[in-house]
Amino acid sequence: MAKMLMKGNEALGAAAIKAGCKFFFGYPITPQNEVPEYMSRELPNIEGGAFVQAESEVAAINMIYGAAGAGARCMTSSSSPGMALKQEGISYIAGAELPCVIVNISRGGPGLGGIQPSQADYFQSTRGGGNGDYRHLVYAPATIQEAVDLVMEAFDVADYYRNPVIVLGDGMIGQMMEPVEFKELKKRELPSKDWATTGTNEERKPNIINSLALDPAELEKHNQKLSRKYKEMEEKEVRHEDYKVEDAELVFVAYGTTARITRNVVDSLREEGIKAGMIRPITLWPFPMKAIQNVPASTKALLSVEMSEGQMIDDVKIAIEGRLPAYHYGRSGGMIPVPEDIIEKAKEILGGVK
Amino acid sequence: MKNNRIRIIIGHYGSGKTEFSVNYAIKLKEVFDKVSLADLDVVNPYFRSREREEMLTEKGITVIGSSIKGSGSDLPAVSGGVLGPLQSEDTQVILDVGGDSAGARTLGRYEEYFTEGNYDMFCVVNANRGQTSTVEGILRHVYAIEKTAKAKVTGIINNTHLLRDTTVEEVLKGQELCKKAAEKLKVPIKYVVAIEEVAKMLPSDIEGEIFPIKMYMRENWM
Repeated sequence: MAKMLMKGNEALGAAAIKAGCKFFFGYPITPQNEVPEYMSRELPNIEGGAFVQAESEVAAINMIYGAAGAGARCMTSSSSPGMALKQEGISYIAGAELPCVIVNISRGGPGLGGIQPSQADYFQSTRGGGNGDYRHLVYAPATIQEAVDLVMEAFDVADYYRNPVIVLGDGMIGQMMEPVEFKELKKRELPSKDWATTGTNEERKPNIINSLALDPAELEKHNQKLSRKYKEMEEKEVRHEDYKVEDAELVFVAYGTTARITRNVVDSLREEGIKAGMIRPITLWPFPMKAIQNVPASTKALLSVEMSEGQMIDDVKIAIEGRLPAYHYGRSGGMIPVPEDIIEKAKEILGGVK
Repeated sequence: MKNNRIRIIIGHYGSGKTEFSVNYAIKLKEVFDKVSLADLDVVNPYFRSREREEMLTEKGITVIGSSIKGSGSDLPAVSGGVLGPLQSEDTQVILDVGGDSAGARTLGRYEEYFTEGNYDMFCVVNANRGQTSTVEGILRHVYAIEKTAKAKVTGIINNTHLLRDTTVEEVLKGQELCKKAAEKLKVPIKYVVAIEEVAKMLPSDIEGEIFPIKMYMRENWM
C-alpha cells in the first residue's frame, strides 16, 4: 500500500481499526481529540462497530471494562489529566484480566497543566495510578509509523496476556504529520476468548468478569498468577533501539519525541569527535534493564533526556545499579528540549567525568 | 504574486496551509511593503503560524494571532486585530485558516470583505491526505468550506508531498489530481509547491507557478 501523510492521532485511530478494533469509548481532551474524531467518523462504517462519546473519562474506561469483558476488541484514548481519571478502571481491568488498548497522548501537568507535549506521565504509566499489584505494557513510539505498528501489535499483545496495554505518545506524536503505511504484522498465536461473557446459550456455565475476591488466600493466588504473567512480559516483551552505542562514552537514554531530538544530538556530538550513543526504550514497562546494564566498557556516564523534571532517570538508576553516574536533562510544562542545550549538558558531564 | 489583495488559504487539515502561508508571506514581503498574516486557526493546538511570529516580525511581516496569549490555550479565539489589515487598502493580507469546514467557520464573520476582485481563496491540496486523494474528496471539501466561509475558491494549490520523502513523481501525481479538480471547479492551479530540492527538478511547463518552500514549521528532528 502507498504511503499516506497522516497526523499521529488519526493514524492511531486508523491502526486500531485495521487491527480489528470495533468499539471506542472516549471523552474529548486536547491534544488527542483527533483520535475520537476519527473513530466517530469511521467506526460507524464498520459492521458491528460503534463509537460512544462517554459522559466522562471514568465512564469511558468502564465501558471498556464492559466491552472487553464481552470479548470485543476495544480502545479508549485520553491525555494526561484524563488518564489520571481512568486509573481506577485500569486497575479493575487488570484485576479482571481484560484485554484492551489505551492511548495516552500526554501533555504538561500536574493538575490541568497545559496542552503542549510532555513526558511527565512516565510514573503514571509505568507504576500505575491504580491500586493493587498490577502491571501493564507501555509502548512509547517515536514516529507515526512506529505508533501505527505498535497500536496494531498492542491489540494482539493485550489478547495474548489478557491485560491492558498502554500506548504512550507525547502531544507531539499525536499532532505531528508523517508518511505512514499499514503493513500486515506477524500474527501471534492467540488463545480463544472462552472466558468472555458472550451468552451461555444454556450450554455452559456463565462466565463472570470480576475483580473482587472475598477470600484472601484466593486473592493471593490470583496475585501470584498475575505476577507470573507480568514476569513473562518482562522476559518476552522488552523492546528498545540502540543507536551508535557500541563505542560510546556517553549513552543517552530517551524515548518518544525526545529520542528524535537526542538522535540528532548524538550525530552532532560525533561530528565533533565526541563518542555518544543512545538507548531508546520502546517499551517503558517492561524497561530495557539489560540494555542499560550491557553498555560497553567505553561508557563513562548515562544521560536520561526527558520532557519531565526527572522520571525515567529512576529506572536508569535502578538498571545501572550505581556502577556508572546517571544524569538527567529535562524540560517540562510543554517545553521541548533544544539540541544545543542537550549538547552543552553532555559536554559538561564528559568534562566532569574522568 | 499578482493576486487580489486578500488571500484566504483553506484546505483539509494537514494539507500544508500553514507552511504555505508562512512561505507565501515571506515571498509577498519581497514585493510589497505592507504584509499581514492573520492566523485564524482555531482547530489545531500545535503547528500554528503564530508560533513563527518572532521570525516573521523580524522580516517586517505583521502577524495577528489569537487574542489570548500563550501557546497553551486551545480556546477558539480570533483577534479583533484581523479587521485592521482587511480594511486598509495598502496592505496585502493572508488569512491562514484552520482545517476543514470547521476551521473555515471563522471566515463567515469577514464576509463583507470577500467581494469579487478584492479577494482570492486558494485551496491547498495534498493528494497524500486520505480525504483529498480523489477528485470527489477534494470537491466535497471545497464545497463544505465554501458554504461555511461564504466565499468561493478561486484557485488550487498543489501541495502534494510526503515531507522529506517527497519526489517529483509525488508532485506530478498530485498535479494530475489537482488538474481534474480545478477543471470541475473552473478555477486555475495557481501554485505548485515543493521543497527546494524537488521544486528545481519540476518540469517548467507545468500549470501554475512553481513555488519552492522551506519547512519553517518543522524542526530538523521532525
